[in-house]
Amino acid sequence: MSHYESPIRKPLVTGDKSYHDVTLDVVRPVEGKANKSWWVVFSIALIAFLWGLGCIVYTVSEGIGTWGLNKTIGWAWDITNFVWWVGIGHAGTLISAVLLLFRQKWRMAINRSAEAMTIFSVVQAGLFPIIHMGRPWLAYWVLPIPNQYGSLWVNFNSPLLWDVFAISTYLSVSLVFWWTGLLPDFAMIRDRAVKPFQKHIYGILAFGWSGRAKDWQRFEEVSLVLAGLATPLVLSVHTIVSFDFATSVIPGWHTTIFPPYFVAGAVFSGFAMVNTLLIIMRKVSNLENYITIQHIELMNIVIMITGSIVGVAYITELFMAWYSGVEYEQYAFLNRATGPYWWAYWSMMFCNVVSPQVMWFPKIRRSIMFSFFISIVVNIGMWFERFVIIVTSLHRDYMPSAWTMFSPTFVDIGIFVGTIGFFFVLFLLYSRTFPVIAQAEVKSILKSSGEKYKKIRAEKGDDAKLYDEPEQEPLPDFSAQFNSKSNS
Amino acid sequence: MASKVLHAIFTDDDILMQAVKALREKKYSINEVFCPFPVHGLDKAMGLPHTRLAITSFLYGLVGLAIATWMMNFIMIEDWPQNIGGKPSFSYIENMPAFVPIMFEMTVFFAAHLMVITFYMRSKLWPFKKAENPDVRTTDDKFLMEISVNEMNVQAIAEVLHENGASEIKLIDNK
Repeated sequence: MSHYESPIRKPLVTGDKSYHDVTLDVVRPVEGKANKSWWVVFSIALIAFLWGLGCIVYTVSEGIGTWGLNKTIGWAWDITNFVWWVGIGHAGTLISAVLLLFRQKWRMAINRSAEAMTIFSVVQAGLFPIIHMGRPWLAYWVLPIPNQYGSLWVNFNSPLLWDVFAISTYLSVSLVFWWTGLLPDFAMIRDRAVKPFQKHIYGILAFGWSGRAKDWQRFEEVSLVLAGLATPLVLSVHTIVSFDFATSVIPGWHTTIFPPYFVAGAVFSGFAMVNTLLIIMRKVSNLENYITIQHIELMNIVIMITGSIVGVAYITELFMAWYSGVEYEQYAFLNRATGPYWWAYWSMMFCNVVSPQVMWFPKIRRSIMFSFFISIVVNIGMWFERFVIIVTSLHRDYMPSAWTMFSPTFVDIGIFVGTIGFFFVLFLLYSRTFPVIAQAEVKSILKSSGEKYKKIRAEKGDDAKLYDEPEQEPLPDFSAQFNSKSNS
Repeated sequence: MASKVLHAIFTDDDILMQAVKALREKKYSINEVFCPFPVHGLDKAMGLPHTRLAITSFLYGLVGLAIATWMMNFIMIEDWPQNIGGKPSFSYIENMPAFVPIMFEMTVFFAAHLMVITFYMRSKLWPFKKAENPDVRTTDDKFLMEISVNEMNVQAIAEVLHENGASEIKLIDNK
């Protein structure tokens, strides 16, 4: 009975998978060779990355003047991309931490890739503030370190500095959370490896994981505590990102709704990106039995709910602008919806508020094609959200003579495309070298949530034996062996 | 004389749990069990004491909070007080609301990282550490139990293991 799970719950591992099958399915992409489509996609991503790298080098050597910024709009694509990438980075921790605290077993098939996605996207996000500094080699100046200019310290009253602490804590904690979970799976690959080189590499990566009962006890405790720490952490990160705007006095930024609104938006875009990546990966790596339609459906429901929260936030903002009676605030929102950037505003509204509502229909949220399509639409919408918040608020400032428009240069576009390329380069390399499913954890839920065992329980009752009787050899005489061997 | 151990391989977590319970009932102590995944309730069945890592994490968190408070008090109040945005820095408590985000982040940073480092050190996990599972199948789908034996009880223990479904039993010199 200890593996009992209500039969009404859909299986999370389909196909008649045994423990060994899980091993084989997870290790196959790592041990096998990359196919042609992987190389094609990887080459495209690599070219985009190199192009972006070129644009970064050009920016740093020439200056920020190579971007489309002007006297009125001092922040545009750079901060838009930064917030977009940080937002995408939220789903990984949400899946691994929040869903762990809520004991959601479906997280186990997707947490590894979601966390990888988190780390890779936070890396992209971190690039933007560093490039925008103009002298990236002085990036360490954001740290409170004693220096040669007397007591010139960083300003702890500034949300930008809070961001430095929040994002570096988030990145590093996500990284150790991810790596700790990876140890048993690297150990599995290490123990299967036949080529000495691979065995050596995975041996180093696995940190000598041996799988003792005590190690597992500690492993589970550490995972739980890290989840408990990461849950408020993930909420704090986007809260602090929203403070970058909310603590200013720009109409459209200066609102108390920003923290929850940004967090919901981050979860929304993060889940969309998880869906985008996993729908492709389950197909390419033959993981349809682990990342099932049920997983996609549950993610779609999260997208629908967070999308609705975002929708409520948009409407609340409009209402509060009117209700506040502050004419600057009122104008900022009127201008967003009907001004020269109306197309960005309505793209955002359509992509983020309208499009996820189709997920109310079970047929649509269970359709792979639709899920993929909506996930892309949502990612575009969330990019527009940040663009709308940032650029429309800035381009009509307090002095009408300074009013202007923003148009990106090829460098703005190149760096953005470059980060997408960099992200996919990392993710594609990950998908061929890392265990993309937390196989140890999947094995631990196999008997409760695997289709094979659900069938056995349905046929033979809830107390049925969930294992095959082992083949045993007759017991040798160990007493005799004991003495004979002790001489050796 | 070198001591000896029995290595028993099990093919399933449920069989393993039965065997662990049977051995514990007969008051035999189990040295170690190597598992490919966390087996629910195994630590209790083996009689392992509860881990105290969560408590260390709490303490590390307090250290982080203390360091954050000390650092910002020194930098913003004592060493170089500045009037930023009309908010003078006369005392820590008056400026504290602005410091809450970093007090929180540092608490989490210390609690998480020092706990993980403690875990790695206690379980002897680090790069270039050699794995110590005696059989490579224990990271795939097999479970290996190690029990210290002497000349008197070796056969009795082996019989318990055999009765409770061990698929392979070997007598090995303990290193």
